[in-house]
Amino acid sequence: MKHTLSVSFQNRYNAIPRITGLFSGRGFEIESISFGRGEQPGLTRMTITTRGDDETIEQITKQLHKLVDVTRVVDLTHEPFIERELALIKVSATHSTRSEIMHLATIFQGKIVDISPRSLTIEITGKEDKIDAALRMVHPFGLIEVARTGSVALKREFPTKK
Amino acid sequence: MKERKITSTKNNHLDRIMTGSEIVVNALIQEGVDIIFGYPGGVLLDIYDVIYHMPKIRHILVRHEQGATHAADGYARATGKPGVVLVTSGPGATNTVTGIATAYTDSIPLVVFTGQVPTVMIGNDAFQEADIIGITRPITKHSYLVRDVDLLQQTIQEAFYLAATGRPGPVLIDLPRDILRAKTIFRRRRPVRISGYNPVYEGHQQQIEKAADLINKSKRPLIYAGGGVNIGNAADSLRSLAIAARIPVTTTLMGIGSFPEDHDLSLGMVGMHGTWCANMAISQCDLLIAVGARFDDRVTGKIEDFSVRSKKIHIDIDPSSISKNIKVDIPIVGDAAHILPELKKLIKSVDNEKWLQKIRNWKKEHPLVVPDSTEYIMPQYIIKKLSEITNREAIIVTDVGQNQMWAAQYYSFKNPRSILSSGGLGTMGYGLPASIGAAVGRPDRTVVCITGDGGFQMNIQELATAVYYKIPVKIIILNNGYLGMVRQWQDLFYGKRYSHTCIKEGSPDFIKLAESYGAIGMRIKDPEEVEKALRQSLDVNDHPVVMDFIIHPEENVFPMVPAGAPLNEMIEKNRR
Repeated sequence: MKHTLSVSFQNRYNAIPRITGLFSGRGFEIESISFGRGEQPGLTRMTITTRGDDETIEQITKQLHKLVDVTRVVDLTHEPFIERELALIKVSATHSTRSEIMHLATIFQGKIVDISPRSLTIEITGKEDKIDAALRMVHPFGLIEVARTGSVALKREFPTKK
Repeated sequence: MKERKITSTKNNHLDRIMTGSEIVVNALIQEGVDIIFGYPGGVLLDIYDVIYHMPKIRHILVRHEQGATHAADGYARATGKPGVVLVTSGPGATNTVTGIATAYTDSIPLVVFTGQVPTVMIGNDAFQEADIIGITRPITKHSYLVRDVDLLQQTIQEAFYLAATGRPGPVLIDLPRDILRAKTIFRRRRPVRISGYNPVYEGHQQQIEKAADLINKSKRPLIYAGGGVNIGNAADSLRSLAIAARIPVTTTLMGIGSFPEDHDLSLGMVGMHGTWCANMAISQCDLLIAVGARFDDRVTGKIEDFSVRSKKIHIDIDPSSISKNIKVDIPIVGDAAHILPELKKLIKSVDNEKWLQKIRNWKKEHPLVVPDSTEYIMPQYIIKKLSEITNREAIIVTDVGQNQMWAAQYYSFKNPRSILSSGGLGTMGYGLPASIGAAVGRPDRTVVCITGDGGFQMNIQELATAVYYKIPVKIIILNNGYLGMVRQWQDLFYGKRYSHTCIKEGSPDFIKLAESYGAIGMRIKDPEEVEKALRQSLDVNDHPVVMDFIIHPEENVFPMVPAGAPLNEMIEKNRR
């Protein structure tokens, strides 16, 4: 089962290789990983999506906590959380296909961020499945390059109705 | 390097301007270090120049950096203080990898200083450069590359704090040469605080109460004590609890010494080469109390069949060890030395006389017996004699393999920190340098190294170290001309196809070798001569003594639980 982990850590020298090395060294998968500065100086927040059963995820969480630089590990999977990803999609686009591609981009609330006689680059933000759908739709035109950030996630604070 | 203004030090008479090299040495003294095990090299010339004038720190020069790490490891296991290593960059650093991994797997506190090329040259394939931080990342508890001399003192303090607290482990500090020359202020020691690092020492009271409740209700309880009891200095608490509640105790290899082995409640070692009664007891108990142990595969045998009838309590300082291999019912995270006394307060005497009687019968019907032989010296006999002659009070440092198992089985241990053995990694070549480190740390104890003809040759150069510093380690070589443990498996499971395990040809004459280093050498071939040789070696106190015992070439270690078998299916002797 897919799990989304939010790891807060001090980005000291070697901290990031230690975190990723922990996953590979112990045979845990990393499906996606993204990180950036957090809400306090010195704090970095990393979002990792991984796969495994409950025991595996428990081990991953405990092993992450052992790392000296890591301050907090939260498994967001079972509670309400916001997940987003950004993708830059460079599609083959000629004079005849350009407007259809732009129309598709609008449907996904995407922006055109680059244009050339033979291509269009679209920027799309959203959940993983929205990005996947957008990619499927533009795929027939010919994908030149795709760059995805992987998930970023935060816990929801707004109380959900039961 | 940019110029920095150093502000006046008039305010604090303890603050002084020093070079990085001086800071390292003074910071070590601040941490209470009096021994470093090291080997110099190009990038360390400045720091060795400082050590030259510093009588407060004793530097032991080894003959291979691997020897330095094992010696520091033996020192740490014997004394409880972190072992300190100083090696140069490149090959010096890479030579420490095995020793660091050995310490990491057994949770031993080490602080390893590696020299490094100047900061501007890092990453440029410089002479004697190695990315030792990258190489040792999975085998260190933490590591530091010091790129600013202003952070050097604090880094060293943090390193010692991390190495010795929580679940101990090796910490590496990489020191670029220009940092060792740069100058800054050396300050009074301030308390260390690392955000995100908060080991738990006190156990959760509710968990302790639940555990006590289970213990009070149990009919067949068993304590399974591991290395954590030795490392955590909890042997006294363990003994007190076990004896008051009349609960039998079995230990892992790493836990040996945490409970006196001549006591009625002691079952000896458990696991692949554990005693019959320990393996049967763990298979049939109704409550298993694990203290400072990690349910390693050498102990559990076939996991699906391990102790299936029991509820399990697990006391450990590392939460990631709990329910990692075997699901437990009552985890208690914390320090055994804190938790066991709290647990003892809540225990009433346990009603388990039938269980104790069953255990006594197992001990009586399946004892560990020294095999009889007039023709050959039996290795078990040597260990048993040694145990008697040293009054069970020596520090026994083993190498790896059959020698290690016989030492664990036939020496009767009564004190903690008395067996020093590479349990988790099983590093051949550990014995000799580790025994040197132990002897340096505990000059008041007799230190005996039990090794094989294979492992002894792996760090043999350290004989020079022992001779030079007049370290009177007694080295017992159980010489069978083979890599014994591997040969045993080839004997039992591979139709005696001894593929590359016969090392008799080409091995040196160990007496001549010992004497060429300046050590004392003896060869013993006759069982009648064993006791005399051992007693003679104990009388020597200024030279290492190498005793080449020619033993039965194909003796096997029993009992044995074959890989993949459950613990209660032990092989007790050869099917000849």
